[in-house]
Amino acid sequence: MKTLSLKWPSPSGSSASKPSPVSTLINRLMRGLGLPVLGIGAFLLIWSVAASHINTALGKFPGPVAVGQQIVNMYEQYQHAEAKRARFYQRQEKINAQRVAQDPSYKPRIFPYTGPPTFIDRIKTSLITVLSGFLLASLIAIPVGIVLGLSASMYAMANPIIQLFKPVSPLAWLPLVTLVIAAVYTHVNPLFPKAYVVSMITVMLCALWPTIVNTAIGVASIPQDLRNVSKVLRLGWFTYVRKIVLPSSLPMMFAGLRLSLSISWMVLIAAEMLAQNPGLGMFVWDEFQNGSSQSLSRIMVAVIVIGLIGYLLDRTMLLLQRLISWDKKAVLR
Amino acid sequence: MSKHDKKQCPQNPNRRRFMQFSAAMGAALGSGIGAPAFAAEKIGYPEKQQLTFGFIKLTDMAPLAIAYEKGYFEDEGLFVTLKAQSNWKVLLDGVVSGSLDGAHMLAGQPLAATIGYGTKAHIVTPYSMDLNGNAITVSNEVWKQMKTLVPHENGRPVHPIDADAMAPVVEQYKKQGKAFRMGMVFPVSTHNYYLRYWLAAGNLNPGFYNPLKGDVSGQLDAQVLLSVTPPPQMPSTLQAGTIDGYCVGEPWNEQAVFQGIGVPVIADYEIWKNNPEKVFGMTAEFVHKYPNTAVRVVRALIRAGYWLDEDNGKNRKEAVKILSQPQYVGADAKVIAMSMTGTFEYEKGDIRKAPDFNIFFRDNATYPFYSDAIWFLTQMRRWGQIPKAQTDNWYFNVAKSVYRPDIYRKAAESLIADGMFKPSQFPDFKTETGFKPATDDFIDGITYDGHHPNAYLEQFEIGLKGNETV
Repeated sequence: MKTLSLKWPSPSGSSASKPSPVSTLINRLMRGLGLPVLGIGAFLLIWSVAASHINTALGKFPGPVAVGQQIVNMYEQYQHAEAKRARFYQRQEKINAQRVAQDPSYKPRIFPYTGPPTFIDRIKTSLITVLSGFLLASLIAIPVGIVLGLSASMYAMANPIIQLFKPVSPLAWLPLVTLVIAAVYTHVNPLFPKAYVVSMITVMLCALWPTIVNTAIGVASIPQDLRNVSKVLRLGWFTYVRKIVLPSSLPMMFAGLRLSLSISWMVLIAAEMLAQNPGLGMFVWDEFQNGSSQSLSRIMVAVIVIGLIGYLLDRTMLLLQRLISWDKKAVLR
Repeated sequence: MSKHDKKQCPQNPNRRRFMQFSAAMGAALGSGIGAPAFAAEKIGYPEKQQLTFGFIKLTDMAPLAIAYEKGYFEDEGLFVTLKAQSNWKVLLDGVVSGSLDGAHMLAGQPLAATIGYGTKAHIVTPYSMDLNGNAITVSNEVWKQMKTLVPHENGRPVHPIDADAMAPVVEQYKKQGKAFRMGMVFPVSTHNYYLRYWLAAGNLNPGFYNPLKGDVSGQLDAQVLLSVTPPPQMPSTLQAGTIDGYCVGEPWNEQAVFQGIGVPVIADYEIWKNNPEKVFGMTAEFVHKYPNTAVRVVRALIRAGYWLDEDNGKNRKEAVKILSQPQYVGADAKVIAMSMTGTFEYEKGDIRKAPDFNIFFRDNATYPFYSDAIWFLTQMRRWGQIPKAQTDNWYFNVAKSVYRPDIYRKAAESLIADGMFKPSQFPDFKTETGFKPATDDFIDGITYDGHHPNAYLEQFEIGLKGNETV
């Protein structure tokens, strides 16, 4: 610790003597790489010490080492499952061939794998669910936000409703969504499984609000100059929206979208737990129900993966936001 | 593919015969349709190959897991996906709505659904999944007080433990103004009936239902309040103090011992020796529409049940390994192994032999007996779920419309014809009537004869009988 802190310029001393390029590099490296590594190291230490003191009904809380081992373990299980899947299709071909030999009128079909979803399948399911819910929310929220932003009276009308629904937890929506979907979505062989639709709609209901609010604020705060210009040029409503409103409200809109996506991801895990959509949320729930001595470390692996994916989604949105933002100097983090 | 598939005829000429056969079921049972080899009809290809079955994370879902893992479903040309369900209500709704083609069910579920108690739907069962397999567990605190009242021998409590030993604890709760609460898994679950039977045999009133007045809580006049908790959540609910005990299937009793939060006091086979437990349920519509599929599912399940009990349970260790996978029961193998390999741990360290804790095949465990159905119906009447008196004939007719030994028989006879089973491994279909002989193997020694349900109910001190209502 001490040796590290020596290399940091003290606030008062650094300005007096000009740092050499080498020390600047070291400094940058330190901040960019050294400090995060140090932070992670400290976290791991605290985690492993704390974990060894927590006794649950399922044994000791897993420390970093146990979770690391579990990742290896789960990877092996994944490979095993993939091999099983391959064997399933081979067997099926054989069964079909035999049946066609006895029963030439039979048209062989290849049925999808009947085994449990692997961890990778679960990640895919979760991503598809969250992105479709988010997309649907955005398709609704952006036009609504623009309309509300353009008209102060519309905004005043909608505001109480938005404020009322914005803080509602997905857990409150879910039973309602489940029952409504059960009543409305009644195909015998639905294109999408009900659990997926329920999770997706719940995600959508929670992801609407930040985008609506931010888009409305973005649109409402278009500089008066731009509005005056559009009036002078006698722009039509659609041209005004396309040429002036959209470009100037994009940064705010994206800030809203980014918030919506991170909320979506958080909501999804809870929704999947309750709706039994076979994604990461259901994985956590199943492990909790199983109550085996492996369950805690498996849940921890899922927690880390959930965090990692949430981080990547957020970074992707940030990247888009930076690309689209006209004010390149604005600090976005 | 196994050899029986090679003998199949390509078409399905037997469907009509099958329908007639099942319609004439009640009458035909005793008459016999010739020698087994002759009677065994060739079973056509399955009408529906892609199936989804639901189950609850309990060790007695084993026949499904084994039929899947050992390829018995695929041998029948069936591609089955097994899906864990979060609770019994969700599972039943899945079967009724058609999102599940069949499921591991509580024996009371097809009966209750057919008579319209709770969700109304005509559900049938051609296969009984196991005998026994449940236990009653109480919290450590309750056990500490109960233990002083239980006679001991060689330093160990004498089993079976009667509910009388729990009565003072319940009394004490009442004095303190607290309710004594216990969990069971579903209003029409076997667990509800066995728990009620045990409590009532110890003079503790578990309360009544009165659906006529809208009471479905089952707590009218109750000394012990029973409520529903999904099986996998029993240990955590007990630990949270929401309930003081519960009746559930394995591994959730042994899990309480393993986690040190409760003590099993009695296994259900001590309440009623070799009691019927789970059944495999499908809708009447499914069985009617896809008769070959139904028979083939039963064939696969019979083979799985046999595998589980083969050679005094030589395969049980392997079964434990399969069940401990996360997609099935998922609990630790050593917890599942407890009850599955012929032992049961009561108090920590008090491990006793329990060879009959789970029976999957022997003693005709898989055959759907009408008398078992009637017993569950009598208990529904006893506790008010059937609010009004019914004639003995009504009991028989419900049992016959829900339990389908005709499908079982077809499956069994075709397995015999294929040389995979011997006739001696099944009930003698020529003389079989669907009724087990009268038995008094109950904790209170009362005799049950399925032919006389109303007379049976007259014998209980606590419970509705005759024309009584709540």
